[in-house]
Amino acid sequence: MAGPTITLSASTFDEEINSASTPVLVDFWAEWCGPCKLIAPILDEIASEQEGRLTVAKLNVDEAPDVARRFGVMSIPTMILFDGGEPATRMVGAKPKEALLGELAEYL
Amino acid sequence: MSLDDLAGREVEVAIIGSGPAGLTAAIYAARANLHPVVLEGEPSSTSDQPGGQLMLTTDVENYPGFPEGVMGPELMQRFRDQAARFGAQIHTVKASRVDFSEQPYGIWIGDPGADEPALRARTVIVSTGAQSIMLGLDREVELVGHGLSTCATCDGFFFRDQHIAVVGGGDSAMEEATFLTRFASRVTIIHRRDALRASKIMQRRAFDNERIDFMWNSVVEEYLGESTLAGLRIRDTKTGETSTLDVTGCFIAIGHRPNTDLFVGQLEMKENGYLVTEANSTRTVVDGVFACGDVQDDYYRQAVTAAGTGCMAAIEAERYLESLH
Repeated sequence: MAGPTITLSASTFDEEINSASTPVLVDFWAEWCGPCKLIAPILDEIASEQEGRLTVAKLNVDEAPDVARRFGVMSIPTMILFDGGEPATRMVGAKPKEALLGELAEYL
Repeated sequence: MSLDDLAGREVEVAIIGSGPAGLTAAIYAARANLHPVVLEGEPSSTSDQPGGQLMLTTDVENYPGFPEGVMGPELMQRFRDQAARFGAQIHTVKASRVDFSEQPYGIWIGDPGADEPALRARTVIVSTGAQSIMLGLDREVELVGHGLSTCATCDGFFFRDQHIAVVGGGDSAMEEATFLTRFASRVTIIHRRDALRASKIMQRRAFDNERIDFMWNSVVEEYLGESTLAGLRIRDTKTGETSTLDVTGCFIAIGHRPNTDLFVGQLEMKENGYLVTEANSTRTVVDGVFACGDVQDDYYRQAVTAAGTGCMAAIEAERYLESLH
């Protein structure tokens, strides 16, 4: 994948979230989810535009179901913003770019 | 071409919506050299989104040409690629207002109160489709994503080895219930009548599935649980008795309503909100405005019939434009 979006796995999740120098927006997604595909390019755009202020990370729930369960994810796409390693806000469902940025604004 | 470049310009064909109807219209209009502009909608987890209802389905088994079946999102990606290949301009935006009172017709994006429309079009093809109806119970919106779902394919995965409910008695309810048995240990279909209206093949699949059981003559009265769904209060419509069903997930598939709010006061609608078109045509009451797909179809509602009417709309738009010369 081009651009600054990073990919997390069950084994790298905690370290990446805790050591990040910016808030991290984790996109819980899967291959079989139509709305996840719709927002993927939008999240990549946000990752590029907010580079240095926000890290966008993807976590495939098929590969890391335990991480999804740990954070109570019951619907995808779910995007959880981690600030200082802790969940600060979450968004459930695909939304237009402006709506996503609006919800993230206070953390950027 | 960006949307800003469209401002103040007049296009031949604007297509609002991008399900099978809108994108088929785009393929035909593009091949007819009409340079269609498609306003495909905005991302959402309802079926009012780019690609339409098929974006929330898994295997599509009845679309001709795919003997092994095809995933709904993949089929829509193919429609979109085919439209783009012939030069359709597809924009990921949602129309917020239309003005069909004079030619060329105005279409707004974003602020509906803006003085000038984002673009003007000599013909408009309306293919905004339909979206799932919810039950309208208390706390419904806040529970979506917390046990309550409108998208089995998005959320079924999270209910592995759990008991869940599907509300509805049509094809989509049977399809969702059958799909959900891949994950759930038990799926209870709650239906308000004592018989299904689903097609025979879908009924048989549900009846033959040992993980599926039925609650007939039953309606959901209340969602139970605090921040996450923990059960449903069910009322028996025959006896009036209420009971509790302990489920961790509930999927709603009770039907659809057309996405026609945008056209109130502009186009003729039936009582149920579906757009009225002339018999054997996609013409609406406004010359040069055509409607195709589920937004005008409360009877067939299939991807292939939507595509068929999308083709009709493009051909009718082309003939209408020729008649202006």
